[in-house]
Amino acid sequence: MTIQMFFQHLANAISLGSIYALIAIGYTMVYGILNLINFAHGDIFTFSMYFAFYAVTLFLFPWWAAFIFAIVLTTLLGATIERVAYRPLRKANAPKISGLITAIGVSFFLQNFAIVVFGGRAKSFNPQLGVYPTQFAQVLKFRDVRIPLLTFIIIGASILALLVLVWIVYRTKAGMAMRAVSKDVTAAKLMGINTDRTISQTFMLGSALAAVGGILWAMKYPQIYPYTGMIPGLKAFIAAVVGGIGSIPGAMLGGFILGVAEIMIVAFLPALAGYRDAIAYIILIVILLVKPNGLLGVEIGEKV
Amino acid sequence: MKKTFVFVFLVVIMTFTLFGQEVIKIGMNFELTGPVSGYGQMSRDGVMLANKLKPTVNIGGKEIKVEVVAVDNKSDKAEAANAIRRLIDHEKVVAVIGPATSSAALAAASIAEERQIPMVVNTATNPLVAQNKKYVFRTCFEDTLQGALLATFAWEELGAKNVAIMIDVAQDYVVGLANYFEKAFEQFGGTYFTEFYTTGDQDFTAQLTDALSKNPDAIFMPGYYAEIALICKQARDLGFTGPMFAGDGADAPELIQIGGEYVEGVSYTTYFHEDADLSPATKPFVEAYQKEYNRRADAFGALAYDAYMVIVNAIESAQSTDPVKIRDALAKTKNFPGVAGTITYPEGSGNPIKPAVINMVENGQFVFRTVIKPSM
Repeated sequence: MTIQMFFQHLANAISLGSIYALIAIGYTMVYGILNLINFAHGDIFTFSMYFAFYAVTLFLFPWWAAFIFAIVLTTLLGATIERVAYRPLRKANAPKISGLITAIGVSFFLQNFAIVVFGGRAKSFNPQLGVYPTQFAQVLKFRDVRIPLLTFIIIGASILALLVLVWIVYRTKAGMAMRAVSKDVTAAKLMGINTDRTISQTFMLGSALAAVGGILWAMKYPQIYPYTGMIPGLKAFIAAVVGGIGSIPGAMLGGFILGVAEIMIVAFLPALAGYRDAIAYIILIVILLVKPNGLLGVEIGEKV
Repeated sequence: MKKTFVFVFLVVIMTFTLFGQEVIKIGMNFELTGPVSGYGQMSRDGVMLANKLKPTVNIGGKEIKVEVVAVDNKSDKAEAANAIRRLIDHEKVVAVIGPATSSAALAAASIAEERQIPMVVNTATNPLVAQNKKYVFRTCFEDTLQGALLATFAWEELGAKNVAIMIDVAQDYVVGLANYFEKAFEQFGGTYFTEFYTTGDQDFTAQLTDALSKNPDAIFMPGYYAEIALICKQARDLGFTGPMFAGDGADAPELIQIGGEYVEGVSYTTYFHEDADLSPATKPFVEAYQKEYNRRADAFGALAYDAYMVIVNAIESAQSTDPVKIRDALAKTKNFPGVAGTITYPEGSGNPIKPAVINMVENGQFVFRTVIKPSM
């Protein structure tokens, strides 16, 4: 392998890893605060693409307005899901496993709803449709290594999302409430925190992140169909677990590890490329065996 | 009292209309959702049009209504097997059309064979689909033929000496077609190398980076349109400027919608183009299709249309709705004027020998280039 080829692979890996990282942040946040694995995250992600797509093609919004529209709508979708599917469970003091099962149910519902409403055939997310400016599709050349401009946009968006998230969680009142809820819901309630509102805000934040990830994903891989979010959602979940579920920097690290591993396996062992998804599962299994709390996860003494 | 009378009257009328008329059912087992739903939906539209133009069969001087029932196989092998079981057991169909893709058709074919229900696939080209099966027929050509035609095209038209092949390891169609291409291309004296991926993958940069380091003259993508569109985009982004070509898996409008300017110049083999003169039935079909759906007719719809017509023709010549007799009549199909070429089933085979059409993407349109007739 020549040196420039290696750098091309590395650039590809960072490009893929950064988008996994971005999706994983939203995934891990909801878990970190609510201890709920929101399996519907990938489908919320799919919906954000459809929102952006229809905002441009149907309502003829300019692309930036369509993005804002999609993020707002996805945020509302997240709040609605929380309200309809998860809140009643909390009210009924249902066991934790019910939340997980409900999340899977919500995921199936969203997928099938998308098939009925948007149709099973793939939609395109190409700059020719005006969904984003053609300049974003540029490819930059550094000697012989080619990196799409989008990679830098995705990395920028991930870092920005991380900073905003850290600011919200550590510098705002709502963030303080989130941290309190993550420690102990009952105690937080007794201290006068409106836990329902806090949980709803958490979901909205997670969904907004899914929307940003979704739109960037659609720009990178311009096809939208009802199951688009399934694999990225799964990969983001794995990335979050690898990094230490609940830890936001961990999710970013996990995303990069996954992206680099997937690309490098294909690069060095091309014959195994067909088993690429298996690589993600192998990493997951190894991490769970060696360091069950993930790379940056904190050991929590479970009360028995 | 009067109201009750009217009500009873209506019920009687409805019972008569529902049960009084004889109906036979033909099933559709198509990819209506999932990664290759484009194929299934185009195919279904073809069958629906055929059913509209020929809604009845004449058996013993009596017109019997033909009803088509569609079941979605979700672009999934296991679901395709479930779908055909449901069509046979629950809907009591006399014949099945589809699936459109080879892996799904392979899964369904063994069930059709076991239950002795004739199954006509429109676009599943892998040879294994109909091999050693009495009840499975096609309206398309086989990949042994398609692979050879593609090799001729690459060697003669594109002048390619070294070809990179992108193989989807999860699809029987892709693995098969790549294989037949390789055999034929070697005979010309060409060289090739392979890169692998799985259906649903969206990132091919690693495979393409590796491929481009080996300086291929052309990239052959025997896969399906969704992946082809993304492969083209990523190959161009990585700086590949040479020709790219594909098999019939490229033939869906989504290729152009998703691929945009990146799929310009991509050529592929297929079964049908409305500008190709394939049979006397082509032109009327193209017009009827345009009128019905307000868009250009496509290969999947054309072959699905042919599948319906071949079955209906077999029912009429068998003068029976018994699936076994329909199968025997199907096997005797000779010079049937299909819209995508004439169909004759050779003795003991469900594979018609047909010409292939080569199309190319030009200015965001599928443009007809040439018809290649098989030499056998």
